[in-house]
Amino acid sequence: MSELQIVLAGFGGQGVLFAGKVVSYAALIEDRELSWLPSYGPEMRGGTANCSVTISDDPIGSPLVTTPDVLVAMNQPSFDKFLDEVREGGVIIADTDMVPNLRQREGVRVVGIPSTTLAEDAGLKGLSNIVLVGKLWAETHFCARETLDAAMGKCVPAKKAAMLEKNKQALEIGIGA
Amino acid sequence: MAEKVLMKGNEALAEAALRAGCRFFFGYPITPQTELAAYMSKRMPKIGGTYLQAESEVAAINMVYGAAAAGARVMTSSSSPGVSLKSEGISYMAGSDLPGVIINVQRGGPGLGSIQPSQSDYWQATRATGHGDFQIVVFAPSTVQEMADLAYEAFDVADKYRTPVMILADGMLGQMMEPVVMPAERDLATLPEKPWAATGHRHKRFHNVINSLYLPAEDLEVLNIERYKRYDVIKRDEQRAESYLTDDADVVLVAFGASARVARSAVNMAREQGIKAGLVRPITLWPYPVEELVRTLSTAKGYLVVEMNMGQMIDDVRLVVEGRAPVEFFGRTGGVIPTPAEVYERIVALNEKVGE
Amino acid sequence: MAEQKETKVVFERPHALLPVVTNYCPGCTHGIVQRLVCETLDELDIEGETVGVAPVGCAVMSYDFYGCDMIEAAHGRAPAVATAVKRVNPEGVVFAYQGDGDLASIGMAETVHAATRGEHITVIFINNAIYGMTGGQMAPTSLPNQVTQTSPYGRDVSTAGYPVRVCELLSSLDGVAYLERVTVDTPKNVRKAKRAIKKAFQNQIDGVGYSLVEVVSTCPTNWGMTPQDAFEWMRENMLPYYPLGVYRDVVAEGYANAAEAAAARSAACPIAHPELAQEGE
Repeated sequence: MSELQIVLAGFGGQGVLFAGKVVSYAALIEDRELSWLPSYGPEMRGGTANCSVTISDDPIGSPLVTTPDVLVAMNQPSFDKFLDEVREGGVIIADTDMVPNLRQREGVRVVGIPSTTLAEDAGLKGLSNIVLVGKLWAETHFCARETLDAAMGKCVPAKKAAMLEKNKQALEIGIGA
Repeated sequence: MAEKVLMKGNEALAEAALRAGCRFFFGYPITPQTELAAYMSKRMPKIGGTYLQAESEVAAINMVYGAAAAGARVMTSSSSPGVSLKSEGISYMAGSDLPGVIINVQRGGPGLGSIQPSQSDYWQATRATGHGDFQIVVFAPSTVQEMADLAYEAFDVADKYRTPVMILADGMLGQMMEPVVMPAERDLATLPEKPWAATGHRHKRFHNVINSLYLPAEDLEVLNIERYKRYDVIKRDEQRAESYLTDDADVVLVAFGASARVARSAVNMAREQGIKAGLVRPITLWPYPVEELVRTLSTAKGYLVVEMNMGQMIDDVRLVVEGRAPVEFFGRTGGVIPTPAEVYERIVALNEKVGE
Repeated sequence: MAEQKETKVVFERPHALLPVVTNYCPGCTHGIVQRLVCETLDELDIEGETVGVAPVGCAVMSYDFYGCDMIEAAHGRAPAVATAVKRVNPEGVVFAYQGDGDLASIGMAETVHAATRGEHITVIFINNAIYGMTGGQMAPTSLPNQVTQTSPYGRDVSTAGYPVRVCELLSSLDGVAYLERVTVDTPKNVRKAKRAIKKAFQNQIDGVGYSLVEVVSTCPTNWGMTPQDAFEWMRENMLPYYPLGVYRDVVAEGYANAAEAAAARSAACPIAHPELAQEGE
């Protein structure tokens, strides 16, 4: 695998940019090429938000991912918007709590988990995004397992140690889901 | 080697500017460059610098003019509509031979336009950043690393030639994160002396005057000609470009900044299909890297200029190629980022055309 | 043996005023006011530490007249330029010298914001109710019914609006330490103007805050009058509209500086006074 292109998409506030950041830090730790490109502007405030993450062994051209290998969809509009853009042979990981109409597409594997419920049941309200990152890792192994925890450590400020533990827990739930 | 960190382009640029010895920032919030100002507002007070949110873009650039006149390393940043407002001060800086760094994180235009990435201020940056006979040096970064490196160097180039330097970035480069290695902290004691600055003469010299007014036309003509001699040196010594797979290229793409990244991906796609495509990426937009482009003339059967605008840099490519090969254009405008696939299609079409 | 004659210098050019010929018209007050500024630089012994910012207007060439370091600003931008110069060199003295079009029209935003930021600069403002350099057009301070080249039937306030009273306008701003309106039509008033200008510079040295002196002036050339008639017209028409006097003086009000005065004015606003919250804890 020389290049992995990911789109993470959902509503503003669901933490898709943060989830993309965790993936990016994992690539940084493993000294690979990476780019993280957010959607920006007023659409972020309560509208849809998405980010493109590319991990590669070669210099990255356009950081805007238009045909992702993996789509992480946190709501129905994002799922609908990107379903047909996913590369043949690619994967879609969706939160079935937020994407009730999980349509299938030939040549693309659609993996649904109720990440919102999984997070809430574990007392991790708001960490559905990280549960999905766990699932993303389980599906693609985009980095070494221990790198994933280290990346989380880079994304959560040191003074919020409790938050870090919860995030690691969320990753674990996603990996096992 | 310094540590690789993950940073947004806007923040990497700001941090590099601080490391270059910039201690004065005057700006006004505008999307998509606001992180840059926010970064400065956070860091400047901690390092004894000044962050001042000006009442307007016009005031901000005139503060840059004042700080530069007083001998400081100074910068401002904005996005397209704001840069239009700065044109007054940039012209005065050029006319008064003042160094300073101006960042344009471009967005779609004209007017309020969009807030999405664009390159539609190429003409403004290279032809007319303000009224009058002058040029400014324009750097076009293409990665977050270059956002940092070119910002760092911009201050040295500005001081060396006593000219404003612009970093022409765009919303994509400003907003995206990539690994970046920060340049080393500049020792402020090693910054160049500026004996011409208005700092108070302490009764040790005649007064310094920073000025761009010369009422006798002949005096102004002499000064402008002198300044253009300095521009000739800049043109000779400061051209920068990167060539990718151009040695045997039939189809040479020319693209800068964000669109060069897209073009590079498209070149890779073409090479995979056996098409001899290459890319010249200007890093200085002024002075335009004429020499690098001339080198491709021996093999190139056709040129494809890729821009995020309606076709602006293509003028400079045509000026170099002078009709010796077809020069075609592909661009997206309004803030739309072209895809490698659509650029690839144009390479294929041009390759077929020139192969006949 | 011839009687030894004792000589005494009773009048000389201030050191800070360069021995050059100015471009001002006969009877113009710019010459008087600039002399007063230069006398002040001499008396406070600050010429070597001072940077002046020249405007666009009749005083545009004044960078050649002052002995201190000078910067020529774009039209109206002198307060922005002066702000930055002072920020770069806080120990130095910075002044802006501006006319009415420069300060109160094209540069009104820069004027108001430099004042409200409380920049530690000194502004000398020449108000002669007309654009002199461009040949006598209507200024933001031209009086109602005043005939100028661009108000040939007299300033019609129903379409051209009303004149701006700069001292009154700025007096509401918290960043301002000192505002005084003076004139230079008589020796007595020249002396008063000198005191005001000197105070405006001393305030800067003492860190009191933003200080502006408005000098109600004349323009014999564009008003089409002799200098004496121009002063008479000024006394008759301008002074009732622009009354002389002190419009703000935080020191006279009992404060050490503009910041103290501003703090007192905002005493009822909790967020402006975090120190009170700490005391209450």
